[in-house]
Amino acid sequence: MTVEKPKTRIVEIEPLTRVEGHGKVTIHLDDDHNVVEARLHIVEFRGFERFIVGRLLWEVPVIVQRLCGICPVSHHLAAAKAMDAIVGADALPPTAEKMRRLMHYGQIMQSNVLHFFHLSSPDLLFGFDAPAKKRNLFGVIREHPELAKRGVLLRKYGQEVIQYTAGKKIHGTGAVPGGINKNLPLHERDALLRDIERMTAWARDAVEIAKNYTVENLSQVSRFANFKSNHLSLVREDGALDLYHGNLRAIDAGGNVIFDQLEYTRFNDYIMEEVRPWSYMKFPFIKSRGNLDGWYRVGPLSRMNNASFIDTPLADKEHRELRALTAGKPNHMSLAYHWARMIEVLHCVEKIHELLLDTDLQGTELRASGSRREEGIGVIEAPRGSLFHHYKVDEHDQVTYCNLIVSTTHNNSGLNRAVTDVARKYLSGKKRITEGLLNHVEVAVRAYDPCLSCATHALGQMPLVVELHDAEGRLLHRNGQYVDQATLGRDA
Amino acid sequence: MKRRFNIVVDGKSVTVGDGQTIMDACDDAGVYIPRLCDVEGLVPQGSCRVCTVKANGHTVAACTQPAEAGMQVENDTLEIKNYRRDLVRMLFHEGNHLCPICEASGRCELQAMAYRLGISQATKYPYLQPVRPVDASHPDIALDNNRCILCGRCIRASRDVDGKNVFEYVGRGIHKRIGVNAENLAATDASIDDYAMSLEVCPVGCIIRKREGYFAPVGERQFDRRPIGTEITSPRGRRRSRPRRAQAQETGDGE
Repeated sequence: MTVEKPKTRIVEIEPLTRVEGHGKVTIHLDDDHNVVEARLHIVEFRGFERFIVGRLLWEVPVIVQRLCGICPVSHHLAAAKAMDAIVGADALPPTAEKMRRLMHYGQIMQSNVLHFFHLSSPDLLFGFDAPAKKRNLFGVIREHPELAKRGVLLRKYGQEVIQYTAGKKIHGTGAVPGGINKNLPLHERDALLRDIERMTAWARDAVEIAKNYTVENLSQVSRFANFKSNHLSLVREDGALDLYHGNLRAIDAGGNVIFDQLEYTRFNDYIMEEVRPWSYMKFPFIKSRGNLDGWYRVGPLSRMNNASFIDTPLADKEHRELRALTAGKPNHMSLAYHWARMIEVLHCVEKIHELLLDTDLQGTELRASGSRREEGIGVIEAPRGSLFHHYKVDEHDQVTYCNLIVSTTHNNSGLNRAVTDVARKYLSGKKRITEGLLNHVEVAVRAYDPCLSCATHALGQMPLVVELHDAEGRLLHRNGQYVDQATLGRDA
Repeated sequence: MKRRFNIVVDGKSVTVGDGQTIMDACDDAGVYIPRLCDVEGLVPQGSCRVCTVKANGHTVAACTQPAEAGMQVENDTLEIKNYRRDLVRMLFHEGNHLCPICEASGRCELQAMAYRLGISQATKYPYLQPVRPVDASHPDIALDNNRCILCGRCIRASRDVDGKNVFEYVGRGIHKRIGVNAENLAATDASIDDYAMSLEVCPVGCIIRKREGYFAPVGERQFDRRPIGTEITSPRGRRRSRPRRAQAQETGDGE
């Protein structure tokens, strides 16, 4: 007797557009067109953890930042922090720490702005199923030129901050083990101060846009990929948001603390990674909660959920408003990531302003060192969430071990949950799956601003692909274009 | 008694002092001839051939070829430039020269030469992608042979200036490498204060002074503002800007 396998139709979204890197989504439909499962596949190859082995420790911050062209500073600084531990620089000179912070705030600012204005604003401004011809960056430039201009100039400012601290806008060399290689001369400080008021005003406006979007569309936002999860991030010792340094805090879906003020050097005791056969991206989880319930989200929204307060006044006010939306309980709405992301931009602009007025940036003590260690862990809050770098180095200064857990990897389970949730709500039972419907899935992925090349430490860059297959495996959709509309119509 | 005469370089008359090579005379006259294996203070050996010029119609290495009265020298011509481009390109292909992550970037003479010669990524040669281990055994110095261009400057510096013979060529043909005179660098008498270990000697990022990488910010590195060769062609600091023994020692001791 042969058992007939239930027929499923698989919808693939490949490439996913307006995300960093290459991945695809597959949506499995049964005969009644109901979504059985949806998965985000990361199909890039990883290699950095291997080929860094044997290189010299001071090269590491410069090499690993090449993982990514969007937030290289995060990798640069996380690696530098790990190397600080290895060279025994437990306390950096104020100039070094503040220059690094300045670089990092510039980085989060430019990356978050890029994501909101360039990648996500078409969905938010025109609607998830608006015509694809209009729903893109050029549509934004055409219909909202002032907004598009601000996006470009806010990002430019963030990149200039990076240039003055790292020497280049992308892939600079500022941070070295134990410190930094330059301070901020007065003429560079003044150049940055010139525009800071305008940036503050624009950042405030950006928060307004994201907030208004969330509040005005609350019925959709609270329905769209809103699912319970744990949240993880660094917080300062007093619980404040701190993007550069702090201790780990994890809360569960109800806002109860799982662990708090955990030194990040002990992360291996609390977090594990699981491998699944269909993705190159690992699935991390909190050990004490197990692999089924221990998965968590990271990133701007998790940071807002975890932070007790923000230490800059304008962003703090916005933070309180965001928390009030869910009455102080954790906010689980994927689309609220956009709002959180813009609050962070405002926070970064405020922090940059504060630092620019600090004379420590003109200090000349740039580096520290101490007694040598063989192992170093650096954790930083990157634009997309917590970023873990872990290295071991031998007595000859050569790397012997490297493990990187990047933000998108932390968000892996969350991303899959978001994709499934949206697919079930918007695609299930639909006889005809349009590009607009599929874009809903992409919007859910995009909310996390995933960096797929970082997540698999791949070299090169490829787009995310969307494909639709029928039960017999015939290709129906590719790249959001109907391959054979007649076939699709018949099958549906 | 010093004898002086003239040669003609690209149509311009250049005065030659007694016993000068074509390169010496051109350096003194502010005419730059690209070079990688030759450096002030060391005996020229004419091995990289980047200083190739045509003297009376024959290709010669300008760093070793004595100038002769009335010599007609072609230096800055398209034909010669193409020779040089090919030679420098082949150096990139023979080793693993990853400028974006290399700590010598910005002060590397190979990189600077590529920029000066207008070498782009487009290429007609295959990358050999050799696998060469890094010798990091010495507490203060590391050797990354992936970046070696076999210029031999370290050999001459160690032998002629430091009196040590730390380095020597080993192997033949395509397998030729720079070796050290012991099992590894730590087992030699190499010291971080040797002239051979100073930044002036290794033109690339092969000899690495440990724990100093990336200390020079982007924008303030040797070739960030002035292309290679400017020290010869600019009226200020002509020629003598190349390191001499005394300066080199000062640098070594001072750091």
